[in-house]
Amino acid sequence: MSEILVLVEHSEGAVKKVTLELLTLARSLGTPSAVWLGAGADAAALAILGEYGAETIYVADSADLDDFLVAPKAEVLASLIADKAPAAVLIASTADGKEIAGRVAIKADSGVITDAVGVAADLTATQSVFGGSTVVKSKVTRGTPIITVRPNSTAPEAAPATGTRSDVAAAISDAAKSAKVTGRTVAQRGGRPDLAEAAIVVSGGRGVGGAEGFGVVEALADTLGAAVGASRAATDAGWYPHQFQVGQTGKTVSPQLYIANGISGAIQHRAGMQTSKTIVVVNKDPEAPIFELADFGVVGDLFTVVPQLTEEIGKRKA
Amino acid sequence: MKIAVCVKQVPDTWAEKRLKPEDSTLDRESAEGVLNELDEYAVEEALRLIEAQGGEVVVVSMGPERAGETIRKALSMGADAGIHIVDDALHGSDAIATSAALAKALEGRGFDLILFGSESTDARMSVVPAMVAERLGLPQLTFAQKVEVDGSTVRIERQAEYGYDSIEASAPVVVSVVEKINEPRYPSFKGIMAAKKKPVDTLTVADLGLEPVTVGLAAAWSAVDEFAARPPKAAGTVIADDGAGGVKIADYLSQQKFI
Repeated sequence: MSEILVLVEHSEGAVKKVTLELLTLARSLGTPSAVWLGAGADAAALAILGEYGAETIYVADSADLDDFLVAPKAEVLASLIADKAPAAVLIASTADGKEIAGRVAIKADSGVITDAVGVAADLTATQSVFGGSTVVKSKVTRGTPIITVRPNSTAPEAAPATGTRSDVAAAISDAAKSAKVTGRTVAQRGGRPDLAEAAIVVSGGRGVGGAEGFGVVEALADTLGAAVGASRAATDAGWYPHQFQVGQTGKTVSPQLYIANGISGAIQHRAGMQTSKTIVVVNKDPEAPIFELADFGVVGDLFTVVPQLTEEIGKRKA
Repeated sequence: MKIAVCVKQVPDTWAEKRLKPEDSTLDRESAEGVLNELDEYAVEEALRLIEAQGGEVVVVSMGPERAGETIRKALSMGADAGIHIVDDALHGSDAIATSAALAKALEGRGFDLILFGSESTDARMSVVPAMVAERLGLPQLTFAQKVEVDGSTVRIERQAEYGYDSIEASAPVVVSVVEKINEPRYPSFKGIMAAKKKPVDTLTVADLGLEPVTVGLAAAWSAVDEFAARPPKAAGTVIADDGAGGVKIADYLSQQKFI
């Protein structure tokens, strides 16, 4: 079977869930090989990749891969493509992932498709575009297909494979070492899953009324182990940090469950969440367009409905 | 300091967007064309940088004839000059060809900074800035929520969900900006009048030294096989809160096995 390269997303030595999804998807396309770039590839991390079907795990461990932005990773990945001639390369559709894909496409003289929500055995990619209003099927027609896939597109399933480590040289040119990472600033919002990756997203909008109002949204999110999102109205007003904006000018999410609180559902917001599998809405305006997307909706005051829901979930989990 | 800002004309954010059945490209005529929202932040940032440090801002756009309106909008905000890459051969170009055309138009003009919005609101690929950096062999400082220019050193805060990364490089650099970076100005009446007299150069594929067969729809490195409107969602259940709305949602979530 033909080899499918899967670029591993990892943070502090832990493999991200989206990588397990991509390995699962890659098994339906050929034989998956994982590509680990940077430090932290210990035995436990590699074992997980093997458990989800990676036959081979290429490891390029060099500080340069972590110390400079994107370009060194694209360089190593492009040289692996030249060396192994895989049938396709799958990369997570994250900010870094898409930029790596773009650079690799040019280096490898290959077409690129971003934000796929599915990939068929013949490498036809399905995308959901224009805020989820149109479904497009397309194919790379030149070189090695480089496809970035949105988190939550495939349910990860284990299927143990050998997971043999194969170290590769990380010969990185000086040109790729031009944008230096000089520091990382972590805001105090730890403990919640990544917004793009989360299986459940709980979000708040104009109806939340202020920064302090997000307390009820966060409390619900925490009972469900969910990520917190916000509409543009809420981030523009400064009630919640901009990086959590869901919508046309923010992040696109496609979780199993999306709970929209006090969000009217303008196209700006819908464009970022309407492919969510199940949508629950709480809004006091029965005319809010967001109700058109709701699988289950409650017309009511979020400050009574949401805390009651949080308490009820707590009781049922106890 | 000489700054280029690459901008794109996109269908109005509030309009329904669709593909044309004949060639699966975006139907640009059915909606009003506007300056891509995220590019307004790039124009604003460029203007703030030259207002503080002196210099010139050149707006660069690739697109059909009417994309000229978008260049004028940026000029009315205060940019000094424009470059419009316009050629029928470019219709249907993918990100790869777009980055090639932009790179050719930008190279050799002595830009210290090349600014972009972090993505367009139509295609939303977010890859063109990285591709242009790749083609020009320049450092990429992308997804900036803050940009600082200190002599030839450019520093940014790259937005991330956990906070931000600090990234540094020497000019010339490619920078893309996110919405958080500033609040774009509205063009003044004076600015709109002045924009009419500002120079806009047009460049064709031949002027760029590109082979027409390497750009446009036929040369795209990926092709659309088919597309369809997403099937409408079945209507869900909406109830009025009777004092037990939260409990009813919990019932629904249990039934769907979320809790």
